[in-house]
Amino acid sequence: MKTGTDRVKRGMAEMQKGGVIMDVVNAEQAKIAEEAGAVAVMALERVPSDIRAAGGVARMADPRIVEEVMNAVSIPVMAKARIGHIVEARVLEAMGVDYIDESEVLTPADEEYHLNKNEYTVPFVCGCRDLGEAARRIGEGAAMLRTKGEPGTGNIVEAVRHIRKVNAQVRKVVGMHEDELMTEAKLLGAPYELLVEIKKLGRLPVVNFAAGGVATPADAALMMQLGADGVFVGSGIFKSENPAKFARAIVEATTHFQDYHLIAELSKELGAPMKGIEISTLAPEARMQERGW
Amino acid sequence: MAGKEMMIKIGVLGLQGAVREHVHSIRESGAEAIVVKDKDQLAEIDGLILPGGESTTMRKLIDKYNFMESLKEFARSGKPMFGTCAGLILLAKNIIGYEHPHIGVMDVKVERNSFGRQKDSFEADIPIAGIADDFQAVFIRAPHIVQAGENVEILAKHNEKIVAAREGNILGCSFHPELTDDHRITAYFVNMAKEAKGN
Repeated sequence: MKTGTDRVKRGMAEMQKGGVIMDVVNAEQAKIAEEAGAVAVMALERVPSDIRAAGGVARMADPRIVEEVMNAVSIPVMAKARIGHIVEARVLEAMGVDYIDESEVLTPADEEYHLNKNEYTVPFVCGCRDLGEAARRIGEGAAMLRTKGEPGTGNIVEAVRHIRKVNAQVRKVVGMHEDELMTEAKLLGAPYELLVEIKKLGRLPVVNFAAGGVATPADAALMMQLGADGVFVGSGIFKSENPAKFARAIVEATTHFQDYHLIAELSKELGAPMKGIEISTLAPEARMQERGW
Repeated sequence: MAGKEMMIKIGVLGLQGAVREHVHSIRESGAEAIVVKDKDQLAEIDGLILPGGESTTMRKLIDKYNFMESLKEFARSGKPMFGTCAGLILLAKNIIGYEHPHIGVMDVKVERNSFGRQKDSFEADIPIAGIADDFQAVFIRAPHIVQAGENVEILAKHNEKIVAAREGNILGCSFHPELTDDHRITAYFVNMAKEAKGN
């Protein structure tokens, strides 16, 4: 009997496919998310848009909040650790969190190295903007990927850019001659063995969700059409006027992402979504997606 | 002669979860596979797989668009259904801690997440009666069968817990055969569908 194998860690993410993972900051929100049909919740101290507004250093959530959320729901609970923060990750693992997000939404603890995620029993999800970044994270042991997008903006444009980029690069690798893979690995900064595996499988070896800017049911369906395996919704839900209704609408739009009549119905009278931020107005140092290496 | 009309067609409930893997496993077992997102598709299939995923999420989506009654009707018609992990929870007549079942067509009592949280998820080689001596079973936040009715045939146990069983046209297991390249359980289910169609 073996725990913490790649199959067990990646398999956990496979079970989340086609679903929505929602950011929550307390037990009450977690229950609303579960009731709406979320496949998992991300327990946080503050949602990304509030982290953005608050400024300063963003760290792992207070373990009491994580514990409160774990006790409130039967679906899996995820939590965020800072990039490269070995102890935050080990603390969350010790608490029995089901998945850790080594996340650029928090202030990085290490500006050179990510966590060696292969060493943990708990599975990790990491952000990526292109195939090189995706493959490096898988090489370190990430069992699930997500686009970085631009968190807390309510603006889908960066997540769209990232999913298109990764998928275009995967298609390119799949279509390449084997002789060309080593040079491609060098150019991407990706482990060669992973490109060989991607070519063989015809896809990434782990699931890739959309994250960072999903604000409406139509945004969620858009990301599914572009090939995301599922959707993370951060600030969108609990910053909207009617979170329960909004959450249900996002779940349904993700499942039936090609049913436009349904999405039209779901999108009616949802109340105002979060206001959102135009990316070009963000100062370079305020762009969370630049964090990670 | 195996003509097109003889081809067995298996559906995978495609609302959420590991749908692609089951589709692959069905095809490897020599049957045709379709993803079922709409209740009208149930009429065209010979058997239905309820995949692993989050049972609470699948239930919410089943409740929409009156899917539930059609699934119960499908089971009553005698066509085989196979639930893996969350799918087993959907099939069970009793779920510990819940007042009502979901589809409720298999006479078993199940406990959700009964092996612990994700860090306790594991793989183990287990024997499955009449199917395999050494099946590589992947358990992910898995449920187990706490109690089985008298007409339920127990197919596998792990650490004294029942992890696979069959009751007539209903098959269920705690683990995820779709996550490995071992297609023996899927092939067994395809065969159930073939027999049901023959009768």
